[in-house]
This record gives sequence, structure tokens and C-alpha cells, in this order.
Amino acid sequence: MQQKGFTLGRLFFFLGMIVYVGNVLGILFTVLLNSASKGWYSGVLPKYLTGEWYGYVASEHDIPHLLFITFLVAIAVVAISIVIAFPAAYALSRRDFKGKGALLSVFLLPMIVPPMTYGIPLAVVLYKFHLAARVTGVILANLVPIVPFMILVMMPFIEQVGVNLESAAQMLGARRLTVFRKVLIPLTLPGILTAGILSVVKTISMFELTYLVAGGKSQTIVVALYADAYAAGARPPQAVDALAVIYFLTAMACLVVALKFVSPTQMVFKIK
Amino acid sequence: MQKGLKGGGILFLLPAIVFVVLLFVYPFLYGLYLSFTSPEGAPTLSNYARFFTDWWEARTIWVTLKIALPATLINVILAIPFAYHMRHGMRGEKLITFFLIIPLTLGTVLVSEGMLSYMGPNGWLNQLLQAIAIVRGPVRFTHNYWGVLISLVIQGFPFAFLMILGYVSGINPDLEKASQMLGASRAQTFVRVLFPLMVPGIAICFCLNFVMAFSVFPSAVLLGEPSGPTRVIAYAAYQWALEKFDFNIASAISMVMAAIELVVISGVLVWRNRIYRGASMVGKG
Repeated sequence: MQQKGFTLGRLFFFLGMIVYVGNVLGILFTVLLNSASKGWYSGVLPKYLTGEWYGYVASEHDIPHLLFITFLVAIAVVAISIVIAFPAAYALSRRDFKGKGALLSVFLLPMIVPPMTYGIPLAVVLYKFHLAARVTGVILANLVPIVPFMILVMMPFIEQVGVNLESAAQMLGARRLTVFRKVLIPLTLPGILTAGILSVVKTISMFELTYLVAGGKSQTIVVALYADAYAAGARPPQAVDALAVIYFLTAMACLVVALKFVSPTQMVFKIK
Repeated sequence: MQKGLKGGGILFLLPAIVFVVLLFVYPFLYGLYLSFTSPEGAPTLSNYARFFTDWWEARTIWVTLKIALPATLINVILAIPFAYHMRHGMRGEKLITFFLIIPLTLGTVLVSEGMLSYMGPNGWLNQLLQAIAIVRGPVRFTHNYWGVLISLVIQGFPFAFLMILGYVSGINPDLEKASQMLGASRAQTFVRVLFPLMVPGIAICFCLNFVMAFSVFPSAVLLGEPSGPTRVIAYAAYQWALEKFDFNIASAISMVMAAIELVVISGVLVWRNRIYRGASMVGKG
């Protein structure tokens, strides 16, 4: 029942969207412009453009190291969680057993409970075992919301692969491992890819958990950005914005790659 | 579907079970244990007593609720008509969802940082508002309650919108047609047919949006006044844990947070069960 032409509903819809998108773009462009501006105290545009704040940021932070940690954490988290989540998603979508519903809810909980709620007990445990303030701890903490997310994204992809294919392979003499390697994994590759890319984007922008367990040498860009923004008086706001731009470009690059493979609605929790 | 977990089924689940027990269940139980013990390990209620009797700490519950509840209500109530409008898809849908997904994926830190300049006294927003003469002097959007609320709407609205959209577009369109064929007006169809069917989706959306807003942290610190009016409960827990290194009180505050979230979620689900009956989905939602 698509309506054609002008209606009041449509007017409000587009006005609302324009206000929302306009403000989001305003926020992003302010950050971009401010990071390259000088003497922008009033007026619509800055008086001079300069690249000096990027030099300032590079002198204060080890940017390559920050980027390295950010991607190291993201890739390690994705690799480990695929290994944990894929077999679990397989068992959950292929088998029916007692307590499956309960198990599924336990797996889902870390996705629904916000990081700040479980993050502090988790950080305490990681400190207790001397894993915090290291990259290992950051990776472990970031696994918590990602593994359930992966299980949830992968399950429908595995359900789509017919059981018959597996039975056929087994009848032809393939062992379980071979069935996995030659049948299941190639057929579910799109699902693994989707889950992996979405997880990279989520891990790069995960602030709370990383902040709670990271030390100076194991922080990601978003944590460094928060620390800079928090200590606002310590450095010029333009320099904070320059770091924000570096973070923005990193996250946006991954998001754009991700959107080549997945639809935006997959980024949000889906209601069953 | 195969019955039972024979033939190595349990082996598939084992890594995930070990993971969730070690990194989620155990920390939570350990936090619960810490919250009821003193630093020396003796059982005590003093952690909770200290939190609830110290006005400076206890008021963070009220402060956080005062931010989280309005933000969640605004997000969900705004999201319903927007998702309703887009339920059958429309031109430019991809572009719209792309812009909505940006603030969601970039996270609160960037949005809060950007808002500081954009909504500051000399920022573009204030310049625009003054240029079209809505306001005379610059409006203070940052370093107060409103800054935090606005940032929660900027983050939470796309989340609520996309969630409810996913739900609404799964409702069988024939129901809507049937209602209109039977002579119901658009408004009647919405109130009597669509909205009741949307209730479960709205309820879950409200819950998730609320727990997100209730654990707000970076924006409350960067955009608000963390030393007072927007000292939220998550920040209090953080300060006890990683500034004062008192893990017992910090754990107690975390448990209070979890308990309040649980109470609100149960309340919403009870509301949902009283309103909602019947299935709305045809096939896979």
C-alpha cells in the first residue's frame, strides 16, 4: 500500500529524518573541520586551515601502535569467537535437546546486558588473574558480547544448509571433520563472513569493556580518544578532534567494507 | 532436527559453555560474592549499606533514572511512527538506514566529543538557531542534563527505529488490508490492529533501549556534569572500582544496577503480557 504523492505523514517523516541526519552530519563535519582549523572562535567556517593538530596528536600518541592494538584486538576477537561460536551455532541449529532454550538464553544474556553492568565484575576477575592492563585481557573482555552475537548471526545460515547434504557426504564415506571442512564451512562462508565483519566493526567501537581493562600500552583508539576528551583542559580541543577524526576514519572504513556484505539492519539486535 | 546430544554434540557446545561460564557467569557470581563481603573476606552487608546511606552515592539511582527513562520513552515513541511509515519500504531506504547506522556504530565517545563543539555556544547548531531567530542568546546544550539526554536520543533513536522497523515489517500485511476492507480507517487500523501486534516488539525494544541508557557512561561524563547533576550510577561504580580500587563497593553498585534493570524489564514484560495476545508473524519474521 505504498502511497503516492504528498501526504502529511510523509512530510513529517522527511522533516524528522532531515533534522536527525542534519544534526548527525553537523556533529561529524564539526569534528572534521575543527581538527584542521585555526582561530575558529565564531562564524560558520574557520579562518585558517592547518594540519598542525595532526602533528600534535602524532607527537602525543603513538598512532601506529594505537592502530596496531585496535586491529590486533579486533582480529583476535573475531578469530577466537568464530572458533567458539561456529560449533555452538551448529549444535544449536541442528540438535534438539533438553535445556536448549535455557542454554540459548544464557548465551544471549551477555548481548542484552549492557557492558557497564557486567564489565566491573569482569574487570575485577581479570585483575585478579593479572590479565587486565594487557592486550590478552582486552581481547578476553571483548569476546564476551561478540561470541553470543556470532552464534546468533550464524545460526540461520547453518539452518539454511540442508541436513541432506551432510548425510549424503557421510554416506559417501566422508568423516565428520571432512564434512565440516568440505561441505558445511564452504556453504556457510557467507554467514561466517557476515558475522566476522560485523564483529570487527563492533569491537573497534567497543568502548566500555576496553576502557575497564586496558592499560596505557593496551588501549584502543576509542579509549585514547575518551581519555583525551576527558582531560579536556590538557590539550587544545582541535587536537582531540584530530584524534577523533583518526578514529572516525578507521571505524568508517570498516563500516563501509561491512556494508558491502551486510544490510544495516543486521547491525541491530533482531527480535525473534 | 536430531534429538539429543549424542555423537559428540556436547563437544560442539563445550567451548561456548566454557567461555560463557568463565567470562560471564563466574565474574557475575564473583561480583555478587564480593558485594556481600568485606575486603578481608568476612560476610557483611556494609557495602550495600554504605551505598544506600550515602546520599551522594544513592542519588545516582535517581539521577540515572531521570536521564534513562525520558530518553528511552522519547526514542521508542518517536521510533513507532517512523517505523510505521516505512513498514512497506520506500525509496531511499538504504540511504536513510545508512545515516542511522553511523552514530550507532561510531559509538558514544565520538558522538559526545563531536557534540561538544557542534552544540557548544559557538557551534553550528547555536549559530543556526540564532540565525533563524528561534533563540536570542546561545542555548546551553553541553555540560548539563540536556546534553546527555540529546546524546542518548541521537544514539538510541536509530537503534529503536531499526528494531521496531524489523518487527513491523514482519507483520502480515494482509491483516492491515483485511481491517481496511472491513471499513476501518487508517487510525483505527493502527490502534486496533497494528499497534496491539507491535506490542511485543515495542516491549523488547523499550527494555534494550532502557538498559543501554541506564548504563550510560561516556556521554554522561563528557557532555554532562559528572561531579553532580549527571553523576550516573555506572560512573559511580567505575570510580569505586578503578579510582578508589574498592572492588567490594564497586561490585555492590554493579549488582544494584543489574537489579534495577531487571525490575524495569520485568515490569515492561508484565505490561506486554497484559496487552498482547496472539501471533502476528507469518512464517519467519
